Amino acid sequence: MKLWAHLTAGMLVAMATVISAQAGELRGTGDMGVVIERASGSLLVVENTARSQLARVEGLGDLSHASVVYSRDARYAFVFGRDGGLSKVDILTAKVVKRVIQGGNSIGGAISQDGRLVAVSNYEPGGVKVFDAQTLDLVADIPTGSKTVGLVDAPGNRFVFSLYDAGEIWVADMGDPATPKITKFPDVGSQPYDALVTPDGRYYIAGLFGEDGMVLVDLWNVDKGPRRILDGYGRGEEKLPVYKMPHLEGWAIAGDKAFVPAVGRHEVLVVDTNTWKEVGRIPAHGQPVFVMAQPDGRQVWVNFAFPLNDTIQVIDTQSQQIIQTLTPGKGVLHMEFTPRGEEVWMSVRDLDVIKVLDTASFAQKVELPAAKPSGIFFTWRAGRIGL
Amino acid sequence: MKTWGLKPWTPRSALKRAVFAVPLVCVGSLSAASVASDISTARQAELMYVLEQDCGSCHGLTLKGGLGPALLPDRLSDRHVDDLAAIILDGVPGTPMPPWRPLLEPQEATWLAHVLKSGARVK
Repeated sequence: MKLWAHLTAGMLVAMATVISAQAGELRGTGDMGVVIERASGSLLVVENTARSQLARVEGLGDLSHASVVYSRDARYAFVFGRDGGLSKVDILTAKVVKRVIQGGNSIGGAISQDGRLVAVSNYEPGGVKVFDAQTLDLVADIPTGSKTVGLVDAPGNRFVFSLYDAGEIWVADMGDPATPKITKFPDVGSQPYDALVTPDGRYYIAGLFGEDGMVLVDLWNVDKGPRRILDGYGRGEEKLPVYKMPHLEGWAIAGDKAFVPAVGRHEVLVVDTNTWKEVGRIPAHGQPVFVMAQPDGRQVWVNFAFPLNDTIQVIDTQSQQIIQTLTPGKGVLHMEFTPRGEEVWMSVRDLDVIKVLDTASFAQKVELPAAKPSGIFFTWRAGRIGL
Repeated sequence: MKTWGLKPWTPRSALKRAVFAVPLVCVGSLSAASVASDISTARQAELMYVLEQDCGSCHGLTLKGGLGPALLPDRLSDRHVDDLAAIILDGVPGTPMPPWRPLLEPQEATWLAHVLKSGARVK
């Protein structure tokens, strides 16, 4: 059934699809995912059992910085494009089933706890728009007057997001989707640039670009308000240039330690999640962009900003030491683990390939062609809070 | 059984277009071509790639803006090339725009400023 895998000079990939509904075969989506091809406005549908590409879906607009969330049945990928496009892609038929241009310049999105609402955060016009996950009809519009970042879903059918220009965090209760109840926290700090929610959905943590530190909101006790953590971790030292902003997607957590990228420092910070105090810092190859824990939390994988983006480092969470430095190639933009973490997929933009590595031996399993690949998103995200 | 064909895609074709597009554009009294005379064709291609991919991370792959402002010609028409080159080299304190001086020669920044003002694009 699999006739394929020849990379020609023109990157012509022949694919046999094992997923076509027309073939009359049933399959689950649990081992499937998509890879963003950011320069060509397309995405690859892939599967991580035989590690193959199944199809390419085109016509998705400007996908720089594109991200994806999945419907709760893990069949539909909602793709948030930079140009404000929101596309709903059926990964089983490799078709765009619905596409709307919802804003001028968007940065990310989230799907609600109940799977009924998809929210998109926009730089232009600043705010969050909420859509019906079935139809992509607009349900609610929440203008913020600021570039809006760090949008996540949280239990209680809430969306939480940060205002980059205004330095605020807003919590939107979607109990009545048409009229969200908004709780606003002003003056949380200078230039929150991204945020995450812990896997249990309890803590929302925004990173600050304008000052050294992060902001934490306990979503079980929202009335207590935000709290500054990791204050002044740079200790006033001159910052190094940041050629790519770090991302806080996911949460590198192992036991009661969390691993986060420093900003303007070539370090990974280690935080105790009981006290939220810094308990260590790990010197790294460059400015960390993604700091991602394997599903078992045993190792944390880090990629780096331009011009040091040809390298990946692996941290052993028990010793808090870097145990492996790999050079997959220039432009390693993103990593994604298989559902239980025995392998990691990484996009190597400048080589136009995806590399798949064994997470225990670090051996490369396979290399797949992809045009300027960036984000990789597997369907296991469908059942996770905050992803 | 249905198969999906993939369109051929070559990074080289995009770069060729870019490199040949630039010297055709004149900006004010000084053309990008004259600035480019000291920058090798290979380096120009490299710079265009960085402009699209790495500057594009913040300014958008089509330079329509993102966390950073849009860098399209109509947005830059009243900005002097030297000012733009200075921003590229030294960044904008208080914003995420970093100083590129550690990675670029001054004349390369000037060349990029011409490229931005002229709208010569990778795509």
